Amino acid sequence: MSDHKQPLVSQFEPPHVSVRSYVIGFVSCLVLTIAAYVAAVSDSLSHDAAIAAIAALAVVQCVVQLRRFLHLGSEFKPRWKLAVFITMLTIVLIVVFGSLWIMNNLNYRMMQSPAEVNKYITEQDGL
Amino acid sequence: MSNSASANRTVLGFWIYLMTDCVLFATLFATFAVMRGSTNGGADGAQLFDLPYVMVETLLLLTSSFVCGLAMIALQRGKKDTVIQLLFITFVLGAVFVGLEVNEFHKLAAEGNGWARSGFLSSYFTLVATHGLHICVGLLWLSVLAWQIMRKGLGGNTPKRLTLFSMFWHFLDVIWIFIFSVVYLWGGLV
Repeated sequence: MSDHKQPLVSQFEPPHVSVRSYVIGFVSCLVLTIAAYVAAVSDSLSHDAAIAAIAALAVVQCVVQLRRFLHLGSEFKPRWKLAVFITMLTIVLIVVFGSLWIMNNLNYRMMQSPAEVNKYITEQDGL
Repeated sequence: MSNSASANRTVLGFWIYLMTDCVLFATLFATFAVMRGSTNGGADGAQLFDLPYVMVETLLLLTSSFVCGLAMIALQRGKKDTVIQLLFITFVLGAVFVGLEVNEFHKLAAEGNGWARSGFLSSYFTLVATHGLHICVGLLWLSVLAWQIMRKGLGGNTPKRLTLFSMFWHFLDVIWIFIFSVVYLWGGLV
């Protein structure tokens, strides 16, 4: 690539692209995938612990792939890719957790009889 | 404007497209999370999902993504034959993945657990099939790209095109991490 000044975005060729980086990414993803699988099928973890482990391993693997395969975070300033990514992440979190929150709340409020509400409170909220 | 700056803009533009695609998938994930328990008296994920089978799909797609990355390295080193061979492996792994997924869908539908059976299955089929459709588009793109490289070599627009394809392919594997974790592992918990 030329030494031409590029005011908007970083170099076209992503830096630090090496076989070693891809192999590290691939092997870590294999290990993380197998770990998540084991966490889901093993009987030694409680239900909540299994969910926490699966979620944590998914987030770690996502970060590894973004870093090693999609080269996020290796661009030069100004980091437009990162800025767009963070915007997307904000929207995604609002959509996903907002939906779950609203739908659970609706579920709670739409019950027919007081008896049902009492049953729900005893069973779901652990009161 | 120089070629390189224009290629950079294309890459950034494509990145923005991928991020909006993430938002599309986020809405489908949210639907699945809400609908997960709505089985309408039918089978739930724990009864329907075959985790070892899905594990094979996951490893195929991960390996395909990795091999596609190796093709990018071969491109930088200017090795045309290696690029084509690696893209061929990428294609085969992706095609086997689609085949396994279609077989999985067919099996579910044949057992009476099609997309119309329950809210849970509607959201499941919509989410997983949207990803599968992306993979199919990727396979088509990959075939055209490989044909172009065979005909025209690694010059011209090829580096840019292959860069965009590899971004798309890696992105689809990132989405699959969450389908594997949220739909199959979490959805399959007893």
